[in-house]
Amino acid sequence: MTDRVSHNLEKLGRAAAAGVAEVGFGAVLFVQSVVWTLVGSKRGQPVRLSMVFERCMEVGIAAIPIVTMMSVTIGMMLAIQGIYTLATFGAEQQVTIGVGISVVREFGPLITGILIAGRTGSSLAARIGTMRINQEVDALEVMGVDPVRFLVTPALIGMLVMVPVLTLWADLVMLIGAGWYISVELGISMGAYIDSLTEIIVVDDVLHGLGKSVLFGLLITLVGVINGALVEGGAEGVGRMTTRSVVLAISAIIVTDMIFAFITTR
Amino acid sequence: MSEAALIDSPEADTDREVVIEVRDLVTHYGPREILHSVSLEVYAGETLVIMGGSGSGKTTMLNTLLGLVKPTSGYVRLLGQDLNNIDQVARTKLRQKMGVAFQGGALFTSMNVLQNIMLPLREHTKLDETTMQIMARLKMEVVNLSGFDDLMPAELSGGMIKRAAFARAIVMDPRVLFCDEPSAGLDPVVASAIDDLIIDLRDAMGMSIVVVTHELESAFKIADRICVLDQGNILMVGTVDEVKASSNERIQNLLNRRTEEEILDPDEYLRRLTAAKD
Repeated sequence: MTDRVSHNLEKLGRAAAAGVAEVGFGAVLFVQSVVWTLVGSKRGQPVRLSMVFERCMEVGIAAIPIVTMMSVTIGMMLAIQGIYTLATFGAEQQVTIGVGISVVREFGPLITGILIAGRTGSSLAARIGTMRINQEVDALEVMGVDPVRFLVTPALIGMLVMVPVLTLWADLVMLIGAGWYISVELGISMGAYIDSLTEIIVVDDVLHGLGKSVLFGLLITLVGVINGALVEGGAEGVGRMTTRSVVLAISAIIVTDMIFAFITTR
Repeated sequence: MSEAALIDSPEADTDREVVIEVRDLVTHYGPREILHSVSLEVYAGETLVIMGGSGSGKTTMLNTLLGLVKPTSGYVRLLGQDLNNIDQVARTKLRQKMGVAFQGGALFTSMNVLQNIMLPLREHTKLDETTMQIMARLKMEVVNLSGFDDLMPAELSGGMIKRAAFARAIVMDPRVLFCDEPSAGLDPVVASAIDDLIIDLRDAMGMSIVVVTHELESAFKIADRICVLDQGNILMVGTVDEVKASSNERIQNLLNRRTEEEILDPDEYLRRLTAAKD
């Protein structure tokens, strides 16, 4: 009995230590990326703009179709639920307030973050994991090319630029989707709907959403890179760590979202 | 006889330039000691083959020489500098003087052959695009890979991957070239062509080459000297003829592909079966 307890405690301790080590690794990666971005050129090893551009295309432009499709659907869903709920009080006309605020402050950044974690975060973990197994990361090191500068920094910059941009796009598309349904269902014209939105949504609401999306971009990148770097055991290991990366990134996004909302609404 | 006593010290080599000096190297993976106080020199312009069976410590030795694994004690000096005790700028400069052809090629799958070979030039020089392309194509010619610029690594055969890896390794004209199992997994004709390529690189470019392999035929063909590793110890360093003539039973077993029967006392055998710990 005592043996089992001490064994479980030991396992718990090891897991906690590994978790702390991963967080520490993430912090080191972030600091190194910032340093490479700032002083890479002075060291003769600049962060390549072409690689940043490639990552921006992968994170942002290539994700536009899926983000658009999901956003228009969620916008309409919010309008449907909003009208249904407010109908209880006969206040359907007030649906624009709920939709406008919740999209810009909550649903836009959250849905974009979750989509990018599933789409780009997983591919980042798989790419780095596969490169590690194929000794491509070792090859970079022995060539004198820092893997953080070459692989992590462009991905991080791409994510920090494109997740907020995609969030803005998702906000816009969700509001259009919701507006289309509201105008059909309640007979409100699109012009009146837009006027109503511009009165309700203030700059702070948009900045609240964008602030969160920057944090989500950072989390998705670091979780993807850390899990990719920890891959062991061939293709099976890549699959395992890719799944872990998606689960951890989405969990981190949701928890961060709650903490961010709690702090900024105090 | 102790294993250390079996090491043949190179004679009359004091006047030759040492490009790699390994001294009392001890390496661990976790609690397990892999290399046990290993010492070795590689001289300028020679091909040294590190040979040994599976689990002998060849790959650990190579990774330690490359600076990918940190030794527990002892040191590796590459061109007079200790890779593990220099600042990052000096390490980057030192690494430009070495090339590595990995066993699986380690080509970047997102780049075509030409981009792969140009990568070290792009990262370490300020040459214009055309000059880099010309230099990369010259190396592709050296390894008989001309005309395959646009192919992606996934479209290459095993031999072509190895040749592309060689071209990338030599594109900066390194002083030292490391090759990990260069002929492993190739058919005899292609393997022989890779061996010829290594000999040509040594002769034409004057490189010092360290090859890790377990392929006897290949080792005997390309080596100036052979270092025989066994269970993390160097059994012998000598010329091909010296190694072949060695009276060491373990070396002869390796050369003649004889397996060694492990003799355990009954208590040890029982302990192993029951996985009991001391």
